[in-house]
Amino acid sequence: MSTAEKLENGKFKWVGTRPVRPDGVDKVTGRARFGADLFLPGMLVGRVLRSPHAHARIKSIDTSKAEALPGVKAVVTRDDFKEMPSESVAAGEMMIDYRDMTRNIMAREKVLYDGHAVAAVAAASASVARKALKLIKVEYEVLPHVIGVIEAMEPGAPVLHEAMFTEGVEPTPDTPSNIAARNELGRGDVEAGFKKADIILERTFDTAPVHQGYIENHACVASVSEDGKAELWCSTQGHYMVRAFCAKLLGMDISDLRVTASEIGGGFGGKTIVYLEPVALVLSQKAHHPVKMVMTREEVFRATGPTSGANVWVKLGATKDGKITAAEAVLKYQAGAFPGSPVGPGCMCAFAPYDIENVKVVGYDVVSNRPKVAAYRAPGAPISEYAVECVVDELAEKLGLDPIELRLKNAAKEGTQAAYGPKFGPIGFVETLEAAKSHPHYNAPLGPNQGRGVASGFWFNIGGESCATININEDGTAQLMVGTPDIGGSRASMAMMAAEELGIDLDKVNPVIGDTGSLGFSFLTGGSRVTFATGKAVIVAAGNVITDLRERAAKIWDIPVDAVEWEDGFARPTSSNAGEFDPLSLADIAAMAAKTGGPIAGHAQINAQGAAPGFGTHIVDVEVDKETGRVTVLRYTVIQDAGKAIHPSYVEGQYQGGAAQGIGWALNEEYVYGEDGRMQNTGFLDYRMPVASDLPMIDTQIIEVPNPNHPYGVRGVGETPLVPAMGAVACAVEHALGTRLNELPMSPPRVLKAIGAIGEAQA
Amino acid sequence: MEQMRYEAPDTVDAAVALLVGAGGETRILAGGTDLLVQLRAEWIEPDLILDVKKIPELTEISKENGGFRIGAAVTGAELGEHLGVKKAWPGVVEAVELIGSVQIQSRATMGGNLCNASPAADSVPALIAAGATAAIAGPNGRREIPVEDVGTGPGRTCLAKGEIVTSIFLPSRPAHSGDAYLRFIPRTEMDIAVVGAGVSLTLDGGGKCSAARVALGAVAERALLVDAAARALIGTPVDDAALDNLAKAASAAARPIDDKRGTKEYRIKVSGVLARRAAQAALERARQS
Repeated sequence: MSTAEKLENGKFKWVGTRPVRPDGVDKVTGRARFGADLFLPGMLVGRVLRSPHAHARIKSIDTSKAEALPGVKAVVTRDDFKEMPSESVAAGEMMIDYRDMTRNIMAREKVLYDGHAVAAVAAASASVARKALKLIKVEYEVLPHVIGVIEAMEPGAPVLHEAMFTEGVEPTPDTPSNIAARNELGRGDVEAGFKKADIILERTFDTAPVHQGYIENHACVASVSEDGKAELWCSTQGHYMVRAFCAKLLGMDISDLRVTASEIGGGFGGKTIVYLEPVALVLSQKAHHPVKMVMTREEVFRATGPTSGANVWVKLGATKDGKITAAEAVLKYQAGAFPGSPVGPGCMCAFAPYDIENVKVVGYDVVSNRPKVAAYRAPGAPISEYAVECVVDELAEKLGLDPIELRLKNAAKEGTQAAYGPKFGPIGFVETLEAAKSHPHYNAPLGPNQGRGVASGFWFNIGGESCATININEDGTAQLMVGTPDIGGSRASMAMMAAEELGIDLDKVNPVIGDTGSLGFSFLTGGSRVTFATGKAVIVAAGNVITDLRERAAKIWDIPVDAVEWEDGFARPTSSNAGEFDPLSLADIAAMAAKTGGPIAGHAQINAQGAAPGFGTHIVDVEVDKETGRVTVLRYTVIQDAGKAIHPSYVEGQYQGGAAQGIGWALNEEYVYGEDGRMQNTGFLDYRMPVASDLPMIDTQIIEVPNPNHPYGVRGVGETPLVPAMGAVACAVEHALGTRLNELPMSPPRVLKAIGAIGEAQA
Repeated sequence: MEQMRYEAPDTVDAAVALLVGAGGETRILAGGTDLLVQLRAEWIEPDLILDVKKIPELTEISKENGGFRIGAAVTGAELGEHLGVKKAWPGVVEAVELIGSVQIQSRATMGGNLCNASPAADSVPALIAAGATAAIAGPNGRREIPVEDVGTGPGRTCLAKGEIVTSIFLPSRPAHSGDAYLRFIPRTEMDIAVVGAGVSLTLDGGGKCSAARVALGAVAERALLVDAAARALIGTPVDDAALDNLAKAASAAARPIDDKRGTKEYRIKVSGVLARRAAQAALERARQS
């Protein structure tokens, strides 16, 4: 049966089932090897000295005492990294500039945030390394700092980069500022659109920066040989990206650096750039030993991630019957110490779920003295869409309309021209809204002090370059190799697609992640692209295996290859005209491979096009303790279009995980900075991500509106689930309270402030 | 010093002798649930770690004068399974059980919680409300002091060099008594009190409060015994008016700071809310006992 027929009849053998993941046993038994789990002979311990200042000029660094300490094998500072010219490259869904990257991994002229790396040592033991750090003398000239996005934009704010003149404004300003860039998009005429409106709402929102919160801290082991070749083992979402960045920063040939991705304990976008890796390589080069570096959680908080905190202004106009006539927004996103916040995608996504004739969105990319932001699950979108969804909800309330009805009246559909450019293909937004409307959750009764919120969300999803190799072993089993680290169960879905195509049992396919020396370039695991793009590569590779298998059968039977077809795991003559032969299984053909031309394999190296966007709608019930301001999430339902769920459990897991992270973002997660610009809550104790007992069982419903550009209809599912969550929780809290907060996180002090139980909260 | 020394004596005298003889920085290891975190985070670099878990008297729970003497190194899990203590002082036990996760409960001790001297320690307000005392051994012999006198500020205690807390004594209880401890955290678990409130009270035959003690945690440099809040209850049937007065007195006594765990005004407000709720829970227990 062809794939098209299988789709038509829904008769898949593996796709859509829920087998145990191939990496599961090793993970639950502790056998799986993560970033910190590699041990090499002669390995040293690498540690980073970090800035205690939010903003300071580095006047001098004296490493002589540290170098003299017995057991210290290498010390590196800015002098060990070469200056990089400004050059922007894609890092996942974000852009990064090599000039900034080299400064982020090791401060040069200035330290720009508390925790900024200023030196690193490699030593025989952790205690020697610790002592060595204390012996490094850094002379700082402390400068005034600025943390908040609004404060950083004010005239007279301390300027981080003396040569930063706002891009995207005419004429270019002649004084430097912290506003790296202004961008704008839109369509139609918003002024005319607002004139047609019967009601106009304007609201301003503030969101806190939040960390991706992966459980596994950054870790790597670097080993540089005297011949210039190097190996690197690290926890990353993309080892080809690590290879490219490190080779560039160190001036190496890409072929001289072999990078292996360890098992990864979460990334959520935060492991799409490099921090320790180039430093470990330089230390290893200098020390002539392998060097392991592992961040502490405190280092992760002070120096990596998060996503932007922001200030967002939204204006919506609508007719009495709920048709949105115009939408406008201004987004101010924190980029951290270097330019490159996700304000661009924030602008593009802000109104993307809706079919609105007149749209204008302006974004500002703003630097301040905090760690450089990194991608986080649909970077930029959760912030702008949170603000828009809150206003949509208020619009529905003011118009006396059901919030789902209002969304249905304005929902983007196939053929809708998105404000950010393209015309949507088949999309499942309306289907998620209809499913929400008829879901038992939406119509269940609520108790006192309880409120229900509903919100929707959009994310693009991407495709991109992926490689896959399937080697057929002598016994007829298949070795499947891909170059995208498995962060969300992708080995399972890759193996399922390979088994489906080849027509063999799933347990005959062993999926592995190849290192950079084993496969061609694969873009990183991010952008919700792997099941789509690497999945497509696997399907192409499987097709090439089948072509090879048919050729072998043709050779065995001595008939033309066109007279051999591959069906359900067997080669058969296309008809009796071709001859009478017993079908040959994959194992039969594999056993004769040596006699028919040698090993059998299929490869694919593609740039997958045609990724399709994901839409979701969330429903949440909360209860608020009006004496303490505490919010309890009682019930949560995620409804999202997956296109086609290859492994439904892992799709549901993505839905649940996104909602869980969104609940944390909505309720309690925030960075607390002291007057001195230093982060105070550098651990999970005080950076309050939700724990399991904070969450109800999150219910899920998978909608399947196939993506026509994938053989099985797959669209990305990993990022969209975060997007609606903050809006949904905010609306639920606001309905429980009868008042709107317009600020995240909705922590207990803020809730009490909002209902007037206490005065101005300072948190 | 290059090496950190670890000692695990099996008598109190040996422990005191080691402490008296030690130079440099010394830390006592009971459950280690604070100490190991501090070590790992490199906040401390002690020269000597003195493990007190091998001292039998520190790991026992015994009856004494109708009350209970609980060794300083008894774990939360052990205490939680002790039916006698649980029945007499449910508020103390529930406070101890709030310290950390299940895994932490298997290690964490009341002695450690008291001597770590965090203003937000969960067991301390409950112990203060209970009128507990701490037994201390040192080079000059043994002494017994109210628990509220042990902590003097964040990370600071009244213990002199060479002294260790060996046990905590919970007195016998009159009939119709009850205690309770509540803390506020934004999450459900794995968090540190933003405010903690412990209340212990006794009812007379007519259902009026004849004795009460109220303590607050996380709202000052150390846990506070709030006499004014107790006076708001004594002599009343613990009705709404009395509870309102208690809440007001608790809020008035709170002198918190703004920090990463909560704002000053938030903590003041919630001190009253929690004291009131804890008093209601203690009242319910007193009525049933």
